[in-house]
Amino acid sequence: MSLTFLTYLFVGASFALYIGIAVWARAGSTSDFYVAGGGVHPVINGMATAADWMSAASFISMAGLIAYMGYGGGLFLMGWTGGYVLMATLLAPYLRKFGRFTVPAFFADRYYSKSAAGMAVICLLVASLTYIIGQMTGVGVTFARFLGVTNEMGIYLGMAIVFSYAVFGGMKGITYTQVAQYCVLISAYTIPAIFISFQLTGVPIPQLGLGASLVGEDITLLTKLNQVVTELGFGEYTTALPGSRLNMFVYTISLMIGTAGLPHVIIRFFTVPTVADARYSAGWALVFIAILYTTAPGVAAMARYNLHATVSPEVLTSAPLVAEGAGLVYEDRPEWMKRWEVTGLLAWTDKNNDGKIQYYNDKSTDPKFAAAGWQGNELTVNRDIIVLANPEIALLPNWVIALVAAGGVAAALSTAAGLLLAISSAVSHDLLKKIFIPDMSEKNELLTGKISMALAIVLAGYLGLNPPGFAAGTVALAFGIAACSIFPALMMGIFNKNMCKYGAISGMAVGLFVTLFYVFAHKGIFFFKGTEYLGLIGGANSFFGITPEAFGAIGAGLNFLTAYIVSKVTPPPPEHIQEMVENVRTPRGSSAVSGAH
Amino acid sequence: MEDQAKAYWFATLKLIGGILVVWAIVSYGFGILLAPALNNISLGGYPFGFWWAQQGSIYVFIALIFVYAKMQGKIDVKFNVNEE
Repeated sequence: MSLTFLTYLFVGASFALYIGIAVWARAGSTSDFYVAGGGVHPVINGMATAADWMSAASFISMAGLIAYMGYGGGLFLMGWTGGYVLMATLLAPYLRKFGRFTVPAFFADRYYSKSAAGMAVICLLVASLTYIIGQMTGVGVTFARFLGVTNEMGIYLGMAIVFSYAVFGGMKGITYTQVAQYCVLISAYTIPAIFISFQLTGVPIPQLGLGASLVGEDITLLTKLNQVVTELGFGEYTTALPGSRLNMFVYTISLMIGTAGLPHVIIRFFTVPTVADARYSAGWALVFIAILYTTAPGVAAMARYNLHATVSPEVLTSAPLVAEGAGLVYEDRPEWMKRWEVTGLLAWTDKNNDGKIQYYNDKSTDPKFAAAGWQGNELTVNRDIIVLANPEIALLPNWVIALVAAGGVAAALSTAAGLLLAISSAVSHDLLKKIFIPDMSEKNELLTGKISMALAIVLAGYLGLNPPGFAAGTVALAFGIAACSIFPALMMGIFNKNMCKYGAISGMAVGLFVTLFYVFAHKGIFFFKGTEYLGLIGGANSFFGITPEAFGAIGAGLNFLTAYIVSKVTPPPPEHIQEMVENVRTPRGSSAVSGAH
Repeated sequence: MEDQAKAYWFATLKLIGGILVVWAIVSYGFGILLAPALNNISLGGYPFGFWWAQQGSIYVFIALIFVYAKMQGKIDVKFNVNEE
């Protein structure tokens, strides 16, 4: 069976499965989709949370970035898992006891003001929109490859499909659909990894294969990879840093606290049956997430190795990699390279006219490259294609490649659709109905929700055509924005009884403003190309070499500081609010969250 | 009653503090700041610092959440504030 046919079959069958489950689950329950987690066992809820959480960034993009970053890529791995420890210990059980449905609703009560809720909606919208831009980048890559069209066309098609998927609506909230999505996604990720790990090292478990020796050779995979990449002028794989060690440190903080501040993840813990379940749910979610996250480093290193072994056949014969006439003859390139060339995400230019592919770091000043007649790197490989291309690079059977396609589509669609729903409820319910037009009819609320979804997707799609970075990098920006604005105010709302509305609102405003100012300086105002103002902040990464993706941690620090100082000089919260905080701290008396939204 | 509530909150904060200390040591300590030194040791074919950054810290995070959930549950029972 042809690859194209198998791809349509796998993607089609997985969709039929999700829709089938949605229809079946609908018929059996009348509960509102917002209470999806109610009455569900923590293990099942954890699995659904994992599906919700692992988006195009985790599935499609992350391993590709790690493949290029090497050791420094660990910041994604630690950052996007370590946040769950913060969530479990600092937020989830208390927010569950608090018993509100959305983050703005919590802010409205805890900070006894509509302005605090409004501020939270603004932060939530900026973070979610940025997140969707990253998702659209991933969606574009997926559809471009599997429909055999250009990246641009892939994004247009993706926009249409995501929009109809989100409007179909309630699917997102049905826990068992997400359990199915998790199963598709995780098998699509681990099966090729097991194949490849076994091919390269003889060890079928990628977590162990990454630390094993290559088949038939007396050298470990990582040592060999280090040799190959350093010979080609790249940084050593197991020690390469993202800018600096300080930047890696701050970047990791930003992702961790961003995880604990992202509304669409927090919302999951509002709806588990008990406070104790909220704690365990976070643990189970992390177990299911960790299956992918501990596989990813193996996928990354092995993909990098296979890629170099493909374009520099000398890797396998241990001949010098950098020599005159080294490299793969372009006409002999494998099928997968031809398939990806169609999308424009992989491209070759023969700079020295020898008909061979030279793939190396041409920023290296080592004279050996020029001496070998190499006149610049000739191959560009978009990092976001690595995971999808991985089974093709390793020449795995067609059904594995088709399975990865189904996983990529599931990951991209589920999170993008979930975020659109979060945006629509924030605009129509939390902002318009609760603050501006209290007597809005339910029909109009639904309508404004759909309009805001449509606007969000058009904007995100447009910006996704010229994305501020690779999918995972853009998503990291979204985490930074959640980190600098929402997390500190949530945490202080629970752990500091005397935090008042003035402190919380000014903290969020300062954190968000300073972070966006730094990010937009690098990436353009609201990510529109051509509006960057690097001169104003004294050049790229001018703040101690901190990259914009990592800056959310600095913003969060300023948020905490501002809130603390302002709360010292303004009136404390009223007595009943302080009692409410006392009450939130103990589990007893937690009532089921009602479906009223 | 007031004292009970204070003691409960103190015990909770102590537990969370302990969990977060371990959390910081494995990720920011072993995974980032001490990674160059730990890389001199190897675990199988893994440089040890690299292993903490890309594998080890994640396993510890999982263990931490379950330990936290279990111990916090015990504290809840001890101070009689658990859910029925």
